Amino acid sequence: MSEAQIKTNEAQVLPATPFIKIPEDGEPWLEGYKCEECGSIFIGARDVCSKCFARDSMTPIKLANTGKLYAYSIVHRSFPGIEVPYISAIVDLDGGGTVKGNLIGIEPNPKKLEYDMPIKVVFKDALGRKDREGNSYLSYFFQPLD
Amino acid sequence: MSEDIYVVGVDMIKFGRFPEQSVPQIASKAALGALDDCGLGIQDMQALYCGNLYQASAMVGQRLLQEIGQTGIPVVNVANACATGATAFREAWTSVKAGLYDLVLAVGVEQMGKGLLGGGAQKTGIPKEGLLGSGTMPAVFAEAGVEHARKYGTTFEQFAKVSVKNHHHSTMNPKAMYQIETPLETVMNAEMISWPNTKLMCSVNVDGSAAAVLATGTKVRQLGLMSRAVKVRASALTSDAWQERDLVMPDVNTCTRAAAATAYEMAGLGPEDIDLVELHDCFATAEILHYENLGLCKDGEAGKLIDEGQVALGGRIPVNVSGGLLSKGHPLGATGIANIYEVSTHLRGEAGARQVENARIGLTHVIGLGSACGIHILEKEAA
Ligand SMILES: [Zn+2]
Repeated sequence: MSEAQIKTNEAQVLPATPFIKIPEDGEPWLEGYKCEECGSIFIGARDVCSKCFARDSMTPIKLANTGKLYAYSIVHRSFPGIEVPYISAIVDLDGGGTVKGNLIGIEPNPKKLEYDMPIKVVFKDALGRKDREGNSYLSYFFQPLD
Repeated sequence: MSEDIYVVGVDMIKFGRFPEQSVPQIASKAALGALDDCGLGIQDMQALYCGNLYQASAMVGQRLLQEIGQTGIPVVNVANACATGATAFREAWTSVKAGLYDLVLAVGVEQMGKGLLGGGAQKTGIPKEGLLGSGTMPAVFAEAGVEHARKYGTTFEQFAKVSVKNHHHSTMNPKAMYQIETPLETVMNAEMISWPNTKLMCSVNVDGSAAAVLATGTKVRQLGLMSRAVKVRASALTSDAWQERDLVMPDVNTCTRAAAATAYEMAGLGPEDIDLVELHDCFATAEILHYENLGLCKDGEAGKLIDEGQVALGGRIPVNVSGGLLSKGHPLGATGIANIYEVSTHLRGEAGARQVENARIGLTHVIGLGSACGIHILEKEAA
């Protein structure tokens, strides 16, 4: 079997959520949509601004890969099969846009977590989760910016 | 000038777990109870507004009438997350306020499974829970509580005190799911579900139903029912206006504040006029936020309010003397009307050991994530 054939037989790497953009080469990014009328930033594609109601004013933008911790919870009980504890974090990205995700690389302990602590967005495999076709997924995570 | 609208009959069943009953069967007990409360029958009702969430596409209202009397009246089935019951009540109120009918029935009912709510639908091939943070309800409301802690330094202990209070209240409510005291250490040392909400700081999933008969003032006087009638001074319903973070952080504050402003204005009253409040304590963290959202104290003073016992029975403004969702239980579609039952029972002076003394005006509040907020202000006029 040639190398090319192996490649086509391999399962794909897909984005865990549609607003993760994976380029052919280069770093993945989170995509937001910015309203050119009022400047509001939304996560995920849309046509109409739900703040100022402007139509056809939405432009896709690359969201920053740095931000600040706004709020969080430390999840100790989740659905069966979900590894706990983990930090469910709400992060305000620099330049706009708020995203929820897992905060990793720090102990899940409220004493260790500081409001507005600087965060970076990293892209990794989606905790080994695969779909029925065996596809792998790329997800985003938050890490303390050190 | 449209007529004043009154609650003339109201009831709820003792909340519990009834897996052997159908949803309409559970609903029928509260519906018949509310009719009996005012000495009327289903044949007197001109419309039915029926709130239920988990069987929203299954014609629960019509099936309820198949249990208690098929009179052919208009039936509207209502679903609006945890504001479902309050929305059914409000739709009933709207219809009599508009003059379409003068006597209608509102019912809320739910049959719940055990376990965690939330998590959201799966859009691509893998589950997102615990990957993109958490969508479980305990975590979502924990995050809202942490936002309050961030602003005002609210502590885990202050959040936990809400649960101590509401569980204490429920020991005096025979219709509550639980009648158990939970001291502060017990609440704080219970299994951590989602920091800072422990298991005892999460509402109880139960089955239940509640119902109310609404009538115009003219009809109330004609039927001679004014002595126990409770006037609806205000009905407000809001959805979530745009907020900076609301796509990832459902905003329970803004829509509550908007509904409260509308309700106080409609009633011509302010928070200082309210004698008791039944508010949406789906999690202990949520109750703290709503003290401020409903204007029971200034912003930043909610922690002080719980510390000083001002919101306990006997305090300045008792909150959730029924035991609240934390201990009475939270059958989603029934909760909004169960709150109406609780406040009406106090205004009528019929609440027994948990009676708020000289209660004349009360407020009910529910919030459904997604979001919907329903507030009603009720008053018992001097007989
Ligand atoms: Zn806009």
